[in-house]
Amino acid sequence: MARKIDVVFSDLEPGAALKKAVAMSPDDIIAIVKDSNLRGRGGAGFPTGLKWESARRQGRTACVVCNADEGEPGTFKDKRILELRAAKVIESMAICARAVGASRGFIYLRGEYSYLRKEIEDTMRRLEGLGLIGPSVLGASDFSFDLKLRLGSGAYVCGEETALIDSLESRRGEPRNKPPFPTEHGFLGMPTVVNNVETLALVPHIILNGAEWFRDFGTRTSSGSKLFSVSGDCLKPGIYEFEYGITIRELLKEVEAGPETKAVQIGGASGFCASADDFDKSISFEGIPTGGSIIVFDRTRSMFKVLKNFVEFFQEESCGQCTPCREGCSRMLEGILKFERGEGSSKVINDLLELAETMSLASKCGFGQSVPNSFRTIVSKFRDEILSA
Amino acid sequence: MKELNVTLNGVAYRVKEGSTILELCRREGIHVPTLCDHPDLHTKGICRICVVEVKGMRTLQASCSTPVTEGMDINTTGDKVRRTRKTIVELLLANHYTDCTVCPKNLSCELQRLADEYGLTELRWKERRERTVARDLSSTVFVRDNNKCVLCQRCIRACADLQGVGALANLWKGDRTIIGSAFNRPIAEIVCINCGQCVAHCPTGALHERPAGDAVWKAIDDPSKIVVVQTAPAIRAALGEEFGYPPGTRVTGKMATALKMMGFDYVFDTQFAADLTIIEEAHELLGRLKAAIVDKSDVALPMTTSCSPGWIKFQEHFFPELLPNVSSCKSPQQMFGALLKTWWAGKRGIDPDKIVSVSVMPCTAKKYEAARPEMGRDGVKDVDFAITTRELATMIKQAGIDLTNLPDGSFDDPLGESTGAATIFAATGGVMEAALRTAYEVVTGREVPFAHLDIAPVRGMEGVREASILIEKVKPEFSWLEGVVLKVLVAHGTANAKTVMTAVKEGRLQAHFIEIMTCPGGCLGGGGQPLPVTPEKRRARARAIYAEDGDFKIRKSHENLAVAHIYSDFLGEPNSHKAHELLHTKYTARGRY
Repeated sequence: MARKIDVVFSDLEPGAALKKAVAMSPDDIIAIVKDSNLRGRGGAGFPTGLKWESARRQGRTACVVCNADEGEPGTFKDKRILELRAAKVIESMAICARAVGASRGFIYLRGEYSYLRKEIEDTMRRLEGLGLIGPSVLGASDFSFDLKLRLGSGAYVCGEETALIDSLESRRGEPRNKPPFPTEHGFLGMPTVVNNVETLALVPHIILNGAEWFRDFGTRTSSGSKLFSVSGDCLKPGIYEFEYGITIRELLKEVEAGPETKAVQIGGASGFCASADDFDKSISFEGIPTGGSIIVFDRTRSMFKVLKNFVEFFQEESCGQCTPCREGCSRMLEGILKFERGEGSSKVINDLLELAETMSLASKCGFGQSVPNSFRTIVSKFRDEILSA
Repeated sequence: MKELNVTLNGVAYRVKEGSTILELCRREGIHVPTLCDHPDLHTKGICRICVVEVKGMRTLQASCSTPVTEGMDINTTGDKVRRTRKTIVELLLANHYTDCTVCPKNLSCELQRLADEYGLTELRWKERRERTVARDLSSTVFVRDNNKCVLCQRCIRACADLQGVGALANLWKGDRTIIGSAFNRPIAEIVCINCGQCVAHCPTGALHERPAGDAVWKAIDDPSKIVVVQTAPAIRAALGEEFGYPPGTRVTGKMATALKMMGFDYVFDTQFAADLTIIEEAHELLGRLKAAIVDKSDVALPMTTSCSPGWIKFQEHFFPELLPNVSSCKSPQQMFGALLKTWWAGKRGIDPDKIVSVSVMPCTAKKYEAARPEMGRDGVKDVDFAITTRELATMIKQAGIDLTNLPDGSFDDPLGESTGAATIFAATGGVMEAALRTAYEVVTGREVPFAHLDIAPVRGMEGVREASILIEKVKPEFSWLEGVVLKVLVAHGTANAKTVMTAVKEGRLQAHFIEIMTCPGGCLGGGGQPLPVTPEKRRARARAIYAEDGDFKIRKSHENLAVAHIYSDFLGEPNSHKAHELLHTKYTARGRY
């Protein structure tokens, strides 16, 4: 049984990790993060150490961005981290700045979380008073870190790192071509590290306890612990921290989902729908990955309505730049609505599956590429429910 | 620059690091369809039609925006690519208002070409048979029809990057995205300068000029009207492209014949008025130089040219404080029209009301210029209709004329006589070169010190070009110019104009005379020219223009005898009161918003 962990929300003396990091060379900081096998906690799972190393290698002044644009339906763990442990995240950004050679940073806060702004900025001021950020970090004359908080405006797509940077630059918030990657050419052309809130929250612990300690949790490929925000048909919804490798069945037991659980949506609208056949699979990068969103559906729920809800979401949130996603989301929704009117058929499903393939192969960014995930998994496991909607 | 080893469709190639997959394919003649890609514009990678398969990558890669890497293994065909591209074309058509048979882009539309290329015989998603978004018909120059837009953003990039105007931008999001105008206001009410570069870069019928062909036919068919046509220099070097000739083919004689066959009563040449413009403008420049050097008065220098109406509106919006620098000369189109309806009408005893003055221009902004309130008198417009090269081609075909099989004809007298200096107006640097050929000789009595009168420093396609000419051994009445180094500047594309004029405004640039052409390449790359436009085509048209200049016996505007006659018979001296009344104009400061 995977262990319940308490790292992200645990207390940490402000400054302890930063002081230790500043005493190391930037390369050593990066080495620890690489060694820990920490991977991004926002959903994409890119190795954090590699990201930091890539930014440092550019040899130019860099920029650190905290991606607090938590937007995947069913994900509410970054909100809690910012409510309770913003200081840890901010200190982590300073550690990153030290490692990659940044003197500027931003917290890009989801527009819908604007109510957190004042408190986070209060925390920023407090930490500046402690010298953990600001013009002279820990009294150093050669290390300054100017941190600002910027609000998003309610666009899911701005959780994608290049769209986030686009938005920070006062543009529309449309994803950009990669390469160049943000670590090569990001905010205003600077090497830019964009990390998820949870990812950042883990770094100070890794600095203090070491890479090996972190690898002790989780699996060989998916090191460490993960926050899950669980909602839906269960008696104990909420935020949980488990080591990677926990199986769906174990998680369902923990949140007291009933025996009538039909499906679990793992990874939100852009994730995978797991049916009972999948419940022994592990939640991990090598199993079924998630940025944290876990939604439980019992027998009374219509998987058609679930699917429709997800596709409506994507059609609303598509930035509209590239053909497969912009047009595909609309055609997909139109196709799904046919079932509601009794005009659906196997042919419609097959046409939509071909459309899904095009979207997953040819969309410009991860948004369009993942739209088909829920469609394909729900259709493959609950085809009858769709046909008889 | 490092070279990488890459495999493309099973064949090994070496390619420079930093190249994209598309650049390699084009180099090797391997076909990859594109839509949002354009040689004039920076890469967007949004249409996704150019996707190719790269071994080891789960998703297909857009070849336009993917740099090659060492050992990359690329496949431009294969079933995944084929199915994906076909689906993308179907998706574009599903949101496209289709009325091909009556669309100005019928048979030249890039979306049609893709549908043909992918052999579509049925559409899984029905195409639209009605307009769901209102067209923007506010402009007298061009029409915006978002119902046919494929959101390739070529117009946005052309307007913002090539032209530095930024009148167009994406509005809203997702499938509600439209290409809108600044503040979502009608395009005629904002900073749009009418240059038509958006039209010139649009792959479908979403953007096209407001056609005036039917109105011109009506005039031609009306026996009570005398219909007179003038053609700009740029037409003769590009019209042939609409009839299958390779870019850079000169069809001057055939064009004159076609115009006569179409039923125009008189076929004149804008080039006549271009020579006239040079006389007026060269003397205006000398006047300003004298005021500055001799009288030490606060005259506006550098002087900038004024024949490009897109540029005029650009100045009016973006640099209204520099309007005094603009030459007061009208453009050749408008000088022609003014003389036509006064001097020529008088000579012929024709009532100006009966004259319908038509111009054929490579330009969309000329439609706006012709309608400017300053351009006429007593309710009579100097130019009634300005049509584009494309519109003329359509009219020639409508008349059942095959341009390729026509004998060479000639322009009518007296407003058909011109020189090589007039022809080069079509190319960026041409107005400057023509002006120098005259000004230098007026001042020194000698020809410009360049072999064959070809002033190479002002020629070429770089965005901003400079030249300095030492004025020495001058005629006695120009002694004040002895030893002066005349500094001139040439810029094309209003984004480059913005750079130049900002430098002027901030006092960072010293020059006496600046030529600005709105469109990249000058008029030969104008918004009304045959499509599609590419840098290569512009260079080919430029070669044709300079070749035409070289073939003229007379290549200096002041040696145009018909023009000289207009002065002795009617205008008096250059910049005379009468010349000012008819051939000079005023400008209007306009806001940014």
